Amino acid sequence: MSASVEPTPVSPAAGARRRRGRAPASAVFLLGLALAVAFGPPLCRWFGLDGESIDLLRRLEPPGTGAPLGTDELGRDLLVRLLEGGRVSLAVGLLGALLAAAIGTALGLLAGFARGAIDALIMRATDIVLALPLLPLLVVLAAVDPGKLGVPAELVASAAFDVTRIVLLVALFGWPTTARLVRAGTLSLEAAEFVRAARALGASPLRIALRHVLPGLAGPITVATTLAIGQVVLGESVLSFLGLGIRPPTPSWGNMLTHAQELLWHAPLLALWPGLAILLTVTACNLLGDALAEAADPRARRP
Amino acid sequence: MTGYLLRRLVETALSILIVAFALYALVDLMPGDPVDLMLQADPRLTSADVARLKALHGLDRPLLERFVAWLAAALSGELGYSRLYSLPVVEVLWPRLLATLALVGTSLILAVLLALPLGIWAALRPGSLADRAINLLAFVAFSVPSFWLALLAIVLFAVLLGWLPAGGEPSEPGLLAFARHAALPVATLTLLGLGPVLRFVRAGLLEALREPCIRTARAKGAGTARIVLLHALPQAMPTLVTILALQVGGLLSGALVVETVFAWLGMGRLIYEAIMGNDYNLALVAVLVGTAAVLLANLLADLLHARLDPRVRLG
Repeated sequence: MSASVEPTPVSPAAGARRRRGRAPASAVFLLGLALAVAFGPPLCRWFGLDGESIDLLRRLEPPGTGAPLGTDELGRDLLVRLLEGGRVSLAVGLLGALLAAAIGTALGLLAGFARGAIDALIMRATDIVLALPLLPLLVVLAAVDPGKLGVPAELVASAAFDVTRIVLLVALFGWPTTARLVRAGTLSLEAAEFVRAARALGASPLRIALRHVLPGLAGPITVATTLAIGQVVLGESVLSFLGLGIRPPTPSWGNMLTHAQELLWHAPLLALWPGLAILLTVTACNLLGDALAEAADPRARRP
Repeated sequence: MTGYLLRRLVETALSILIVAFALYALVDLMPGDPVDLMLQADPRLTSADVARLKALHGLDRPLLERFVAWLAAALSGELGYSRLYSLPVVEVLWPRLLATLALVGTSLILAVLLALPLGIWAALRPGSLADRAINLLAFVAFSVPSFWLALLAIVLFAVLLGWLPAGGEPSEPGLLAFARHAALPVATLTLLGLGPVLRFVRAGLLEALREPCIRTARAKGAGTARIVLLHALPQAMPTLVTILALQVGGLLSGALVVETVFAWLGMGRLIYEAIMGNDYNLALVAVLVGTAAVLLANLLADLLHARLDPRVRLG
């Protein structure tokens, strides 16, 4: 073996440069994607592409003729569906990650400040939630009849309800990572001199938590939220694929693939685009989150 | 050790109890109950019949009271019947459990067998082309939607190449037919489980290789293979066990998707079918068994971790 046993990178500076290049690339990609899904659909309509009306004479058309990516099994333009599905999937990802981060931050701060039994309880809960088989439980939760919870039927039928429900579901399981990071940060910041000074000046625990400790945790919270966006996009797509998330006709990257399996033999390309969009989005979020973690904590820099 | 063991056992039992109650309450909130379903099947039932039937089966009693009764019956081995299959739940569940165990177990073992050499290779040459390629593989395995990976596998190996069946059960007996049907589901699930394991093997080994004891061993003339296998890897082992246990929950989630796409008759598909088919008793027991198995695997890993790592002292 020619490699040295002690890990001496080929060139540490080159490795760091390469990784620094990934963060802006991921950020630019996500920004471009956000712009595309925001302004793409109206632009496409202006060009005469139709993503809504069903046209059975134009089923499963190949890319090209008046439809840049072809048409789906109901004759709708695939590019428009992809962009509109992106709106839903990205909105769910962002909202779900923010809600999960908010819950995690609140619980992490509580655990870090309360110490003792409350801390132990919250930390055991994070361990257990991290170990749970997520999808079977999400499937059970998604199958609950909202009518029995007193939600009016016309609200249940709306697309906004689907989005709200899925955001609540993923946030329910997405908080542990943030909670752990925030608790660890709280414990180390609590010992800092400026926090002790604030305490000596008579600041209440709530004020110390919100005004002195929380701002110092912006780094880890941002990292956890960025990574969570990718996980939520994945979770939404799986649930929608199974028919338990965003329901058609509202498109999402997940439910666009629900019928792809029956059509694999006729139109294998149909399954390609939504999945690729999910893969690229989640990879970009993960790369960006990793780079942010490295920037926030240079000591954790990996060779 | 005994104190720790006892505490963790109680904790795990308590968690399972909480999950059981949560599931029971959720099932109660699903559309329709058994009597409503009977009503659909038989239009001659009057509302007085419905009320009498609900009282007969105790459906008019408060939730907690019903849960305690259900729990007592479940603990004595009475898990009730499946509506979809018209069989006792245990009889439906058992073969499915074995099928999933085979799928998840094989995938987990294969993921480790792949992750160890790849992770070692990457950790010995950080920053090299091989390391970057292996890192990319781990990243993709992290970020790929499970169902899409399964669909791609079908497109490539069943539709375009025609090498392997797209799913289902083997029509003829024999090991080869079984292996051909298992190949795509197992490969998909293995790749899904590979990401975290691979990343950890690489990171854990890199950390271990920085320890002074490695330099000492190096100075004493130990070769690369000896250093990795006898000095560095054992240091990373205890944490690897914990990481693997955490993967079991993720793999069960993956199994739900993979089994559904490939028509593999396992627990994951059973859970999905039971939920979609309003077979709530079956869904309740199946999800509970899956969750309990995952929590017990984690308990086992914690105990193993403590045995493997002499630095962990249990109070």
